[in-house]
Amino acid sequence: MPNNANSEDWSKPSAKAITKESLADAEQGRYGPIFPKSPACYGFSIIAKIIPGREPVFYEYARNIEKGVAQKPDLLAVLKLHYLRWNLFEINGETYFQYMGIFDTDFDKYTEDAIGIFTASGLNTVFENLEGFPADWKTNAPAFVKFVRDHHRPSFLEYGEYPYASSDEIKKALRLKAAFGEMLDQMQ
Amino acid sequence: MLEIDDIQHFVIERAKALAARYEFLSFRDAKGARAWLSALSGTVSSAAQMRAAPSSDRRWVTLAFTWNGLRALGVDEASLATFPEEFKQGMAARAEVLGDIGANAPEHWVGGLASPDLHAIAILFAGDVAERERCRQEHEALVAQCEGVVVLSSLDMEATPPFDHAHDHFGYRDRLSQPVIEGTGEEPTPGSGGPLKAGEFILGYQDESGQEPVLPQPEILSRNGSYIAYRRLEEHVGKFRDFLRQNGDTPDEQELIAAKLMGRWRSGAPLILAPEKDDPALGADPQRNNDFNYKEMDPKGYAIPLGAHIRRMNPRDTAPSMNRRRMIRRGATYGPPLPEGTPEDGVERGIAAFLVCGSLIRQFEFAQNVWINDKNFHELGNERDPIVGAQDGTLEFKIPKRPIRKKITGLPAFTTVRGGAYFFLPGIKALHYLATLGNHSESE
Ligand code: HEM
Repeated sequence: MPNNANSEDWSKPSAKAITKESLADAEQGRYGPIFPKSPACYGFSIIAKIIPGREPVFYEYARNIEKGVAQKPDLLAVLKLHYLRWNLFEINGETYFQYMGIFDTDFDKYTEDAIGIFTASGLNTVFENLEGFPADWKTNAPAFVKFVRDHHRPSFLEYGEYPYASSDEIKKALRLKAAFGEMLDQMQ
Repeated sequence: MLEIDDIQHFVIERAKALAARYEFLSFRDAKGARAWLSALSGTVSSAAQMRAAPSSDRRWVTLAFTWNGLRALGVDEASLATFPEEFKQGMAARAEVLGDIGANAPEHWVGGLASPDLHAIAILFAGDVAERERCRQEHEALVAQCEGVVVLSSLDMEATPPFDHAHDHFGYRDRLSQPVIEGTGEEPTPGSGGPLKAGEFILGYQDESGQEPVLPQPEILSRNGSYIAYRRLEEHVGKFRDFLRQNGDTPDEQELIAAKLMGRWRSGAPLILAPEKDDPALGADPQRNNDFNYKEMDPKGYAIPLGAHIRRMNPRDTAPSMNRRRMIRRGATYGPPLPEGTPEDGVERGIAAFLVCGSLIRQFEFAQNVWINDKNFHELGNERDPIVGAQDGTLEFKIPKRPIRKKITGLPAFTTVRGGAYFFLPGIKALHYLATLGNHSESE
């Protein structure tokens, strides 16, 4: 039961230290502990080693996602995202993949919905190029979720300049601003 | 092809029963358990048999097992390990996920349902109370002959009058919206969406993702089976009626409050199609009573509040992956009806229901965790399902209304969870496989 009490004040920047203890007594979600909501909303940081030599697949994937979203701007709408970032980096000659997301639904729901998008759209996931990723992910959602959970590194500190504001609320505010500007123009 | 001759009728067909008895069993001896199963499995009809059966049939038997129950029957550890995690843990262990906290917590459950000794359920549906009594006696005699088979508890169910339509103790007409499984030949009523892939409810078929999910092993055990979540929910009828009186000055206003909590008038008429005044003829007409959506017809919830029970349990065109979250509902009411005008008598009454699905974690647990108990569902801020949410008297229920909305604060709990369990409902061949387990292995 995501327990996001609503009255957090977006106008007051806020930071939250996340301790090992607070993670240990986190509420239980369907697939494990619920990673708590912070002033920077919900999120994850997945870090995993890639299968050697697969770098080009990642760059091709980037172009596919760019194209996919351009053609269908609501492709990822279900995920209630703010931002996603993908990185590749090297440690000791081995390439690692980092995937960070900031969004408004809880972690398990995000992962389930993401699997839904990947299977429904026929998109393959870059995750297939990570070591240890379950080959039967399309028919075995719990195994996908487990991989994601096993490779998630919870943050120990998160900050929000406009804390807890959801991406829907921000879009609403921007729409209102646009409408207001339009109204002022009309009144000239 | 849907193997309707191997699927228990329970998943596909609704028995024309006015009474039922649920028997909750424990097995202390694998041989005795299999003897019980052998004796009963012949009485379990497949969906095909039920369709072909004469209308004079008077009783319908359904059998299902907990994970511990499968072990008690002699299923080996390697096979047990292939079942999904949530089913292995069982409903009581999932309490926090499900919102079964406070008065709803497993420590308060009755009938041994929270115990690891709960192994099986026999659902005996009967044409009437006399037939149920006959079945009860027959089952009692069978149990007495089977070594180590113990009845932990049982629950008698009776339809509540008037008998011309299904309804609960609060008075709401029920069984109006139900998913249809592709391949059963059933036609969805207008507004119910197309038939869904069988894998959403039955193991061994493609589901709405277009894939065939991995099966627990061996396949003879899992194919044509389903998972069912059992919920025994007490309904506090006196408290419910007091609440309506406190929040509505006239009988009409009280009816409207009841309708807003559910999203349908107690007659069954959906508020979107009858926003101001009840329309019992609409409520009773399956060609019309489910023919609505939310995004186009009521985006802001002026007719059906965003937090109303049916809008949460099936957000229709306002939820992603909706077809991956549907459930088939079965069940009945138990306990004596509380006549209108009678004060609360303290007798337990309620609904004892089953939610049938292909994946407990994706369907039933999602519904409990997100739709029923996420306080911020649809950005509502401080609400849970007004009928079945974990209510502790601190939450709200908002009724959108022009020019200003009505906000009810301090919503009481109208229901309490009195028990529940996860069962696996095997196919017909799987029942025989389980009954003859000892013949293939010497694992005791
Ligand atoms: C005492 C407890 C409950 C009562 C009194 C109740 C009552 C009702 C009623 C009157 C309806 C409308 C009739 C219909 O659409 O067929 C309904 C719909 C529904 N309920 Fe419940 N219910 C209860 C518990 C639950 C639980 C625990 C679940 C699932 C976890 C659930 C899931 C649903 C679903 C999926 C629908 C259909 C919504 C639709 O398709 O529009 N209900 N319920």
